[in-house]
Amino acid sequence: MSLRIVVCVKYVPDATGDRHFADDLTVDRDDVDGLLSELDEYAVEQALQIADEADDAEITVLTVGPEDAKDALRKALSMGADKAIHVEDDDLHGSDVMGTSLVLAKAIEKAGYDLVIAGMASTDGVMGVLPAILAERLGVPQVTLLSEVKVENGTVTGRRDGDSASETLEATLPALVSVTDQSGEARYPSFKGIMAAKKKPVESWDLEELEIEADEVGLEGSWTAVDSAAQRPARTAGTIVKDEGEGGKQLAGFLAEQKFI
Amino acid sequence: MAEVLVYVDHVDGAVRKPTLELLTLARRIGEPVAVALGAGADATAAVLAEHGAVKVLTADAPEFAEYLVVPKVDALQAAYEAVSPAAVLVPSSAEGKEIAARLAVRIGSGIITDAVDLEADDKGPVATQAAFAASFTTKSRVSKGTPVITVKPNSAPVEAAPAAGTVEALAVTFGALATGTRITGRTPRESTGRPELTEAAIVVSGGRGVNGAENFHIIEELADSLGAAVGASRAAVDAGWYPHCNQVGQTGKSVSPQLYIASGISGAIQHRAGMQTSKTIVAVNKDAEAPIFDLVDYGVVGDLFAVVPQLTEEIKVRKG
Ligand SMILES: Cc1cc2nc3c(=O)[nH]c(=O)nc-3n(C[C@H](O)[C@H](O)[C@H](O)COP(=O)(O)OP(=O)(O)OC[C@H]3O[C@@H](n4cnc5c(N)ncnc54)[C@H](O)[C@@H]3O)c2cc1C
Ligand SMILES: Cc1cc2nc3c(=O)[nH]c(=O)nc-3n(C[C@H](O)[C@H](O)[C@H](O)COP(=O)(O)OP(=O)(O)OC[C@H]3O[C@@H](n4cnc5c(N)ncnc54)[C@H](O)[C@@H]3O)c2cc1C
Repeated sequence: MSLRIVVCVKYVPDATGDRHFADDLTVDRDDVDGLLSELDEYAVEQALQIADEADDAEITVLTVGPEDAKDALRKALSMGADKAIHVEDDDLHGSDVMGTSLVLAKAIEKAGYDLVIAGMASTDGVMGVLPAILAERLGVPQVTLLSEVKVENGTVTGRRDGDSASETLEATLPALVSVTDQSGEARYPSFKGIMAAKKKPVESWDLEELEIEADEVGLEGSWTAVDSAAQRPARTAGTIVKDEGEGGKQLAGFLAEQKFI
Repeated sequence: MAEVLVYVDHVDGAVRKPTLELLTLARRIGEPVAVALGAGADATAAVLAEHGAVKVLTADAPEFAEYLVVPKVDALQAAYEAVSPAAVLVPSSAEGKEIAARLAVRIGSGIITDAVDLEADDKGPVATQAAFAASFTTKSRVSKGTPVITVKPNSAPVEAAPAAGTVEALAVTFGALATGTRITGRTPRESTGRPELTEAAIVVSGGRGVNGAENFHIIEELADSLGAAVGASRAAVDAGWYPHCNQVGQTGKSVSPQLYIASGISGAIQHRAGMQTSKTIVAVNKDAEAPIFDLVDYGVVGDLFAVVPQLTEEIKVRKG
């Protein structure tokens, strides 16, 4: 029987660009180039490795995002995923984590799955909670923040490196997994992969298809509200000295002045 | 006055500092009721009472240690139903965030993560967050349901505020999902005797410039002279020179100490995401053009192998 893997991938503004908020206090996605959240590449990579080990597996990549978010899907397809689903609807603009997760959960259910894989956090919102929320909404075990993952005989096992201990985890499928950037370098798409991706199917779904009302999502339907966003004042230029033999002592002088010594 | 649930992060009854900070914030918006789970839960009561908890709800069961996250969500939900609080505050650890998030779904509430400050307002608590690698500061509210907010370490002072701290047993029934993810093994992290990275008042970090695991003692010696925690850049961690649990940055720990000292670290955006809210920033780097110098209060352009040992020596001399 085929193992159906759904990988959640987010399209985010490039962290090395000048990221900022738009007038409605949502992320300005027009001014900065977007890309597949780098941490989701690790999720795609683990999906590919799990599929390689399975007799028969199919990887679907899923994103909720604006028109340009197709770029993130293309990247994942060129890495080797089989097909893609793009949930796109004007009413989704400004969704918070509850809205986004509602849409993802409905789409995952509609697509059908044995295993859902997500990144550890997006590189824009960086909440790191969406995978746990998805597991709650789907009613399946959460096997999150894994630095190692394996799927065998309908069981997923993994290692979670926490604050005070490193834990080994086990759950039966269907389950939801999230992987960290310690799980293994993501592969680069090959030329062949990039060419093949152009022919792979990308389905587009809207809210109606997922039986979600417009007022359950988007800026208006959000469970949270942003009152203000202000650019941090630039740090006042610090003192910079060149070490000419006394740099360490000079620095100690500064630390003493600041009462750290 | 409205009650505010505070989720307690503790190790066998020893309450971690971020929870005491949460009690300070909770008192701004109501009366703190603490929820402590697992082995040693009862032992947390004294210190929680000292810091303002009017009540401490405790529960222990094997499920908390044997299964991941969900049993704790079941318990927090039981506390929520018993108390009907005005807000739920949880420390922003990886696990804390997951517990808070699942509770929020269940009670139909919005969630705000990684708050760095909290104020009372007519319409409920207003949370301050740092966005885009801390280049922006936002103020947000939960607009649906009971605010569920996770708060980063070092976001508020720890203040004594003696309160009743009455201990009550919390009745918890575990749902079908509680036993979904079994913890089949656990290797505790070895203690270094140094402060916890996210809680430390001073963090001393080394990067690729440290050039080898065998040189990291230079960074450790500086840290020890200041009673500081040791951090590392991802480049140093990926090279295997220092453990991943010491990584500072977007995919490592986010720190907000009084003083951050970066040596041999260039200051890439992903590193800055984890340390830019530090109060005072100091760097040693041989490249005068390194982006880290844009952030510093004091920077030394020089070879860390010369500057850092001299600094350590001088600190020892000054401390006598
Ligand atoms: C600076 C900032 C702060 C924010 N703070 C809050 C807040 O406090 N509360 C709140 O409710 N919302 C907040 N948001 C909005 C929130 O980030 C988005 O709604 C987002 O889609 C979900 O959160 P995340 O991206 O941070 O998810 P994370 O939990 O960090 O993402 C984890 C994983 O979930 C998957 N995933 C996330 N989004 C998508 C998607 N659209 N499509 C497919 N897969 C996805 C990916 O696999 C990703 O790696 C914030 C946004 C920004 C930019
Ligand atoms: C998705 C993603 C997540 C990431 N998450 C993190 C993260 O959490 N944390 C993190 O740190 N990075 C993270 N990174 C990596 C980040 O982009 C940088 O690659 C990394 O921070 C560089 O580490 P570095 O500053 O130690 O090394 P480099 O950038 O190589 O800088 C080394 C510095 O040391 C200086 N130097 C060399 N020798 C000496 C000497 N003898 N004396 C003094 N100075 C010297 C050099 O001048 C240089 O400035 C992430 C990247 C991605 C894509």
